[in-house]
Amino acid sequence: MIYREAGQYKASYQADQAIFPIAQDRFVMLALLAIAFFVVPLVATEYVYRAVLIPTVILALAAIGLNVLMGYCGQVSLGSGAFMGVGAYAAYNLAIRLPFLNPFVCILLSGFVAAAVGLVFGIPSLRIKGFYLAVATLAAQFFGDWAFLRVKWITDYTPSGSVNAPPLQILGWDLSSPTANYLVSLAFAVMLALGVKNIVRGHIGRQWMAIRDMDIAAEIIGVRPMYAKLTAFAVSSFLIGVAGALWAFVYLGSWEPAAFDINRSFQLMFMVIIGGLGSILGSVLGAIFIVVMPIFLNQALPPLGAAFGWRISTATVSHFEAMIFGALIVFFLVVEPHGLARLWSIAKEKLRLWPFPH
Amino acid sequence: MGLRKAVLLGAAVVSAGVIAAATAQAQNEQFIPGLVYRTGAYAPNGIPFADGVADYINMINARDGGINGVKILFEECETGYATDRGVECYERLKGKGPTGASYFSPLSTGITFALTEKAPGDKIPLLTMGYGRADSRDGEVFTWNFPLLGTYWTAANVAIQFIAKEWGGFDKLKGKKIALLYHDSPYGKEPIAALEAMSKKYGFEFLPIPVPAPGSEQKSQWLQIRQQRPDYVLLWGWGVMNSAAVTEAGNVNYPRDKMLGVWWSGAEPDVIPAGDKAAGYKALMLQHPAGKAPVYADLEKYVISQSKSLAKPEEIGSVLYNRGLINSMLGTEAIRTAMAKFGNKPMTGEQVRWGFEHLNLTADRIKQLGFEGMIGPLKVTCADHEGARLSRVHQWDGKKWNVISDWFTGDDTIIEPLVKSTAEKYAAEKKITARDCSKES
Repeated sequence: MIYREAGQYKASYQADQAIFPIAQDRFVMLALLAIAFFVVPLVATEYVYRAVLIPTVILALAAIGLNVLMGYCGQVSLGSGAFMGVGAYAAYNLAIRLPFLNPFVCILLSGFVAAAVGLVFGIPSLRIKGFYLAVATLAAQFFGDWAFLRVKWITDYTPSGSVNAPPLQILGWDLSSPTANYLVSLAFAVMLALGVKNIVRGHIGRQWMAIRDMDIAAEIIGVRPMYAKLTAFAVSSFLIGVAGALWAFVYLGSWEPAAFDINRSFQLMFMVIIGGLGSILGSVLGAIFIVVMPIFLNQALPPLGAAFGWRISTATVSHFEAMIFGALIVFFLVVEPHGLARLWSIAKEKLRLWPFPH
Repeated sequence: MGLRKAVLLGAAVVSAGVIAAATAQAQNEQFIPGLVYRTGAYAPNGIPFADGVADYINMINARDGGINGVKILFEECETGYATDRGVECYERLKGKGPTGASYFSPLSTGITFALTEKAPGDKIPLLTMGYGRADSRDGEVFTWNFPLLGTYWTAANVAIQFIAKEWGGFDKLKGKKIALLYHDSPYGKEPIAALEAMSKKYGFEFLPIPVPAPGSEQKSQWLQIRQQRPDYVLLWGWGVMNSAAVTEAGNVNYPRDKMLGVWWSGAEPDVIPAGDKAAGYKALMLQHPAGKAPVYADLEKYVISQSKSLAKPEEIGSVLYNRGLINSMLGTEAIRTAMAKFGNKPMTGEQVRWGFEHLNLTADRIKQLGFEGMIGPLKVTCADHEGARLSRVHQWDGKKWNVISDWFTGDDTIIEPLVKSTAEKYAAEKKITARDCSKES
C-alpha cells in the first residue's frame, strides 16, 4: 500500500533509469537528507556530534569504499585500514609541504594518492582470488603499518611519530565547531556516495558485478578483468583514502599510526558484511550499527542494572558490551545473512502489499 | 517477529528513561571524570591505577566531605586503551556536574594526543602525570597540558645520569653502547630525540630497537641484542611488553641488572609474570616507590575497611595503585588551589587550570597530605608545566621493589632546547600563538 507504484508511469528513459524510480523512495531519501543537513544541526549536542554522528558519517564513507571492492567487485580486502592511513598521511604531507593549499583540497587530493597506492596493491588481484587475495591485501596493511612508523619523512621527522592536522578553515571561515565538522563530513560522504551510486549503476559497475558473479563468463562476454578489477581498487581506495583523511583531520586532529591498524580494517569489513554486501545503503547501516551499538550498550547497561538494584562496575559493563554486541552480530547474520540492507528491502516488499498480503 | 520487536522496543524505551533520570544532579558538586581501562590488553596495568584514582577520591569524600565542603562526583568510563573510545568517553563526561569536568587523565598516549586538540576549545586541563608529549611541559604553547612529575625526556636524561653514576662518571659513557627497546608507538618513540642528543654529547652509541605493539613477541629483538651486545638496555614498554622483555632477557641470559625500565615498565605486573627471571631488574620511579605512605591510615579507615574499594588486597600499596593515588591527589590539590582564589564552590575547567598552573606543593604540605617519601616538592609555573624533574631508581629483588638510588634531577641544559624547538614546531603547525608568560599573573 505504502510502496505501491501503481499510477507512476515512466514516460522517458531518463525516468526509467532514475536512481530512485519510485516516488516514495525519492521523497524518503530527500526527507532524510533534509533531516541530516538541516534538522540535526538544530537538535544535536556536541556529544552526539563528536561521539556518534561524525565517526558514523566518516566510517560510512569508508565502508562504501570497501563495499565497492568487496560487495560489487567481489575482491576481498583486509587492507582498508592502511588505505585510510595513506589518505590521512597524504593529506597531512600535502598540508605541511604545500602550505598554500586549503585543508579540504588536501583531503580531496589525498584520495588520489590513496587510489594510486590502491592500484599498486590491486595488481595481485589479477592473478589470485578469494582467501589468497585477502592475504595479499593483508600485506598492504602490514606495509602501511610499517611505512607510517618507520619512514620518518611521512611523519615529517617528528620525534614521536605522531602528527597534527592543520586547523580547518575555508576562506577565513573557521570550521572547527562540531556542527561545521559534521556538515563537512556529511557533505563529502553524500557527494561521494552519490557519485559511487552512479558508477555502480553504469557500465563500470556492471563490469564489476560481472567479474564478481563469474569472472570467466565475464571475460568471455568481453569484460576486461584487468580494467574492471583495477578500477574497482582505484575507486575503492579513493573513497577510503578520503575517509581516512577526514578521520584524521576532522575527527582526531592528532593521531598516531595505531589509528589505522588492522583493527580498523576488520571494523570496516564487519560494517560491510553486517550492512550488506553490494549495497550503498547497507554500508551506511553497517556503520551505524558498529559505531552506535557499543556506545548505546555501554551507556544503557549501568542504569538498566541500577533499575534492578544491581550496581555494575565499569569492567563488567565493558565485558557485557562485548558479549551482547557479539551476540547481536551473530543474531543479525543468522536472521539475514545478506545484511541489514536486505532486511530493509524485505520490509519494503512487505510494505508494498500491506495491509492486504496475499 | 512482533513479540521480538516489542521486547526490543520496550528495552530501548526503559533504558532511555533510566538514562534521563540518572542525569538529574545536585548543585554543590565538583565533577572528576575517570578514563580507565579495566579490560583489554593493557588491563593488568590499568586496573591498579584506576583503583588508586577512585579510592583517593572516595577517601576525600568520606573523610572531609569533599574539597572544602564541595563533594566530588566521580564517574568512570571504560576506554579499553582505544583512542576513539577515549574520545567518546571524553565527550560523554566533559559536560557532567554543575561546572563540567575538572580535568582529564587518560593514561594513554594516543588518547592524550587526541584530547590535546580538544581541551583548549572545551577549556578543560589535561593532567598527564609522567606521560604524553614531552614538549607539552612548555606552558606557553601547551596552555592546557600538565605533564606533572616528569616527562619522557626527563626520564631519558635521568636514566643516562644513573648509568653514568653506576659506571663512575659521564666520561665512562664514551664508546659504550646503550640500547633502547621500545614500544613501537609515539609513546615508545618519545625518548629517542633526547637519547640521540645525549649520545652526541657524551659519546655513547645509541641503538634503538622497536618492538611492534602489543609486544608479546620479542624473539628477534633479543637476538639482535645478543648479537650487538649493548652495555645497557633501556626498556620503554607498557603492559604485556614489559614482562615479555624481562622473560626474554632471562631466556637469552642478558644480565637483568643491566636493564633499566622507564616508570611505566617498573611495576609489579611487569615483573611478577617473569618469575625468578625478573630478579635484579631495575626501573626508574615516577618519584614514588611501592609501599604504604602515611596516607594509607585514612585510606584503610574510610575506604578499604568499608569495602568501598574495588582493589584486590595485593594491589594495595603496589606501584601503580600508588600512582593512581598521586594522580587524584595532584588533581584535588589543584582544585583546592583554585578554590583559594575563586572561592569554595564548584570550579570550572578554566579555574582548575589556573589551580594547576599555581600548584605549589612544599615538603610540609606533602607531609600534611600523608605523601611523605612518595614525591618531592613540586612547583608548577606558567612556563614550566612539569613542576619537578625528579626521579629515582628501584630494583626488583624477586619479591618486592627496593629503592636503590638517591634523587636525580633532569638536566635542563639538554632537555630545554629540545622542548623549545618541538613546541615551536607544534605551534607553527597548529597556528597557535604562544602566550607570553612574563605577562601572566
